[in-house]
Amino acid sequence: MKISSGTIRLLIPAASLILLLAAVFYMQPRAMSYTGLNLLFNLAVPIALATVAQMLIMAVNDLDLSMGTFVSFCACVTATFLQSSPAVGVLIFLSAIAAYAAIGVVIHLRELPSIVVTLGMSFVWGGLAVLMLPSPGGEAPGWARWLMTSRPPFVPMAIVASVVIALATHFLIMRSSAGVLIRGVGGNVRSVERAGWSVIRIRAGTYALAGFFAVLSGIALVGLTTSADANIALRYTLLSIAGVILGGGEFVGGKVSPIGAVIGALTLTLAGSFLSFMRISPDWQIGAQGAILIVVLALRLFLNRLEKREKSR
Amino acid sequence: MIIRKMLFASVAIACVAGPVSALADTSGKKIALSNNYAGNSWRQAMLTSWDKITKDAVAKKVVAAADPFTTAENQATEQAAQIQNMILQGYDAIVINAASPTALNGAVKEACNAGITVVSFDGIVTEPCAWRIAVDFKAMGESQIDYLAKKMPKGGNLLEIRGLAGVSVDDEIHAGIQAGVQKNPQFKIVGAVNGDWAQDVAQRAVAGILPSLPEIAAVVTQGGDGYGAAQAFAAAKRPIPTIVMGNREDELVWWKQQKDKNGYETMSVSIAPGVSTLAFWVAQQILDGKQVKKDLVVPFLRIDQGNLETNLAGTQKGGVANVEYSLEDAQKVISSAK
Repeated sequence: MKISSGTIRLLIPAASLILLLAAVFYMQPRAMSYTGLNLLFNLAVPIALATVAQMLIMAVNDLDLSMGTFVSFCACVTATFLQSSPAVGVLIFLSAIAAYAAIGVVIHLRELPSIVVTLGMSFVWGGLAVLMLPSPGGEAPGWARWLMTSRPPFVPMAIVASVVIALATHFLIMRSSAGVLIRGVGGNVRSVERAGWSVIRIRAGTYALAGFFAVLSGIALVGLTTSADANIALRYTLLSIAGVILGGGEFVGGKVSPIGAVIGALTLTLAGSFLSFMRISPDWQIGAQGAILIVVLALRLFLNRLEKREKSR
Repeated sequence: MIIRKMLFASVAIACVAGPVSALADTSGKKIALSNNYAGNSWRQAMLTSWDKITKDAVAKKVVAAADPFTTAENQATEQAAQIQNMILQGYDAIVINAASPTALNGAVKEACNAGITVVSFDGIVTEPCAWRIAVDFKAMGESQIDYLAKKMPKGGNLLEIRGLAGVSVDDEIHAGIQAGVQKNPQFKIVGAVNGDWAQDVAQRAVAGILPSLPEIAAVVTQGGDGYGAAQAFAAAKRPIPTIVMGNREDELVWWKQQKDKNGYETMSVSIAPGVSTLAFWVAQQILDGKQVKKDLVVPFLRIDQGNLETNLAGTQKGGVANVEYSLEDAQKVISSAK
């Protein structure tokens, strides 16, 4: 039986998630229930959406360092305008998505490093968020709150949402022609260009799509927390990058895996709970989280090497 | 058959009634502390106080456990996840010093829905199902002017040192000081700087504004900035005004030196880090079945000329004057709120 490299890419993150989950269940049997699973994973839903957004950017060989502040900005919009005057809120979101497309165009046209542009944009988003919500507050729109606290039968909302996000993006990126083009820009820009496609359009579209998922992440986050503040999602920049890498994605080459990215986000969230259940002192927790990342990545490198050796044989 | 049914019914009633009577006993209850930050002397003192008081309480079987947890990155989403983990770990009460007054509300609501008592202090949460132990920062600012009005009835010029701009605590203390000045029009605020609650920042800011100021009668502060202000006045070779202190060890030491040298008089006021222990006892009282109002006010810790030495003796080097609360203190706070 031959296992494709794509499957192997997916196998390691899935295995590490199951391993962590087993450990958590062993330590805290209470988590092995409908409510327990929901509590473990519901905060992973916005992270998963942000990770998917980051994955799209990484699929075209770029990196978005403004993800955390942008999601915070979206959360502030959700808690203020989207709640009080939905039309204005939607308008702000549409212009934010347009801004993301514009960022993609600028990066492509001027051949700027995406890290620099998005780092600059992170201050813009942060500033806008503070302007909108100078002190923590706001209120979640009723429907967002309802969606995030809904209780579907048998399977908790967090799991349903994760599966839906994973499958939807899988079809979008891995199974549609648009997805092939996006990954093509990351893999080989020239061949895509020579085939007659407008790379600038693809890049703009990819950034816009990433912006869209980041907006969803902000809405989902406010649906969970009921209100926002301007610094609410700053962690998401690093979490989303780590999630993509953990899920089998690469920084370059258009090698990404949507299902892997969602699993990566879940794994990172679970790793936090795992360490907290282990009663590891907070001084060590960041380090321990890093150690988990390194172990998973080392495992992947090791398997990659095995894979290569088999191919060369 | 009837007797059997009656027996069965009485057993059932006993089973239902059992837990109710057991409610008054908290020896089996577990309390957790969710803390968002541990990176300064105040927070360290807060955690040490918690440790000291709760270890004793656990040893005396008042509660079964009282575990402190601190998030690594001082982020609201991280603390929300931490609180949800605590729900899973089966704690009966969660005591919170929150990273954000609003962003934890979802997690706090989940905890309340799971039947967990949530008590927030210092950094409080706005979710209505939680208890709040807040500091009346406005009264703290007003008390400074009240003290000065008594000390110097003729009034004079004031220099105000404010905290970190944009933080609600700064606004509240400032509002208190302004209210005090309005009540005592013989005082006039002739200058204000931001000291960011740090001695070095305060010193630089005061040194910068001093040349442009007339004679200053007193300096009103927010804590953590009095010593820096004194240094700035000394460096500019100007007479040292009455500087209100903020319970920091370096401030108290300086005050003591001046007092011994030339009978310098002032007062010092701040919130004691031991407020975490007050929150602990309040949580224990709620678990005990006591009726407690949702909003409690914690008294601030004031040091005067008379009790300076005793407070200084009890303050760690580089720390903050502290007071740990006992069960009786908590009961007093609870009954005074009714």
